[in-house]
Amino acid sequence: MIALLVALGASVGAPLRFLVAQWLPGPRATLLVNVAGSAVLGLLVHPSASSYALVGTGFCGALTTFSAFAVEAAQTRSWRYVATTIVLCLGAAALGRYVAG
Amino acid sequence: MTDPDAAPRMAGPLAMVAVGGVGGSLTRYGLVEAAPHLLTTLAINVLGAFLLGCLVARRPAGHWSRPLLGTGFLGGFTTMSALAVQTVTSSAGPAVGYLAASMVLGVAAAVVGLRT
Repeated sequence: MIALLVALGASVGAPLRFLVAQWLPGPRATLLVNVAGSAVLGLLVHPSASSYALVGTGFCGALTTFSAFAVEAAQTRSWRYVATTIVLCLGAAALGRYVAG
Repeated sequence: MTDPDAAPRMAGPLAMVAVGGVGGSLTRYGLVEAAPHLLTTLAINVLGAFLLGCLVARRPAGHWSRPLLGTGFLGGFTTMSALAVQTVTSSAGPAVGYLAASMVLGVAAAVVGLRT
């Protein structure tokens, strides 16, 4: 049951990331989905097991990606991209938690 | 979207991304359930970065394996949201170590994957 919710969330999150990459080329798409997913996961304070599986592990886990970020950072050798990702994703996660109280 | 063929053309890759993303996310879920620790997420992200580097170096952007295995499976397998939330909710010492190890090992793994 929980695994089914993870699958359901991922079946929305991963295609959404793909669509954002079609609309916004390059590392900016990865940055956008990573920041958005970090904010949403930050909002999940004391979630139930099923809502965490669906929204957290499934949707946010599949919407965001570390592998694409790492390959883009390796290809561009841009430490600015790495620093921007760290600052904005951590900031978004912290903001989400703050807003959720 | 002004191109009338754009939507049908995107349907195949979109389905492959969904299938791969579900597979990758379930694999990540299974591993984290088996070993619920920051190091599990770290290992998943570093391994995923290496494997995506290998895939990108070997298969051109238009190859069918890229949406299925790259954007889909490895995109769903690895996660930035868990890394970000785990970092801001951990105590200062472990948080800095976890974040630094993820970034250094992750980018290094991608470099190695792209070269091998």
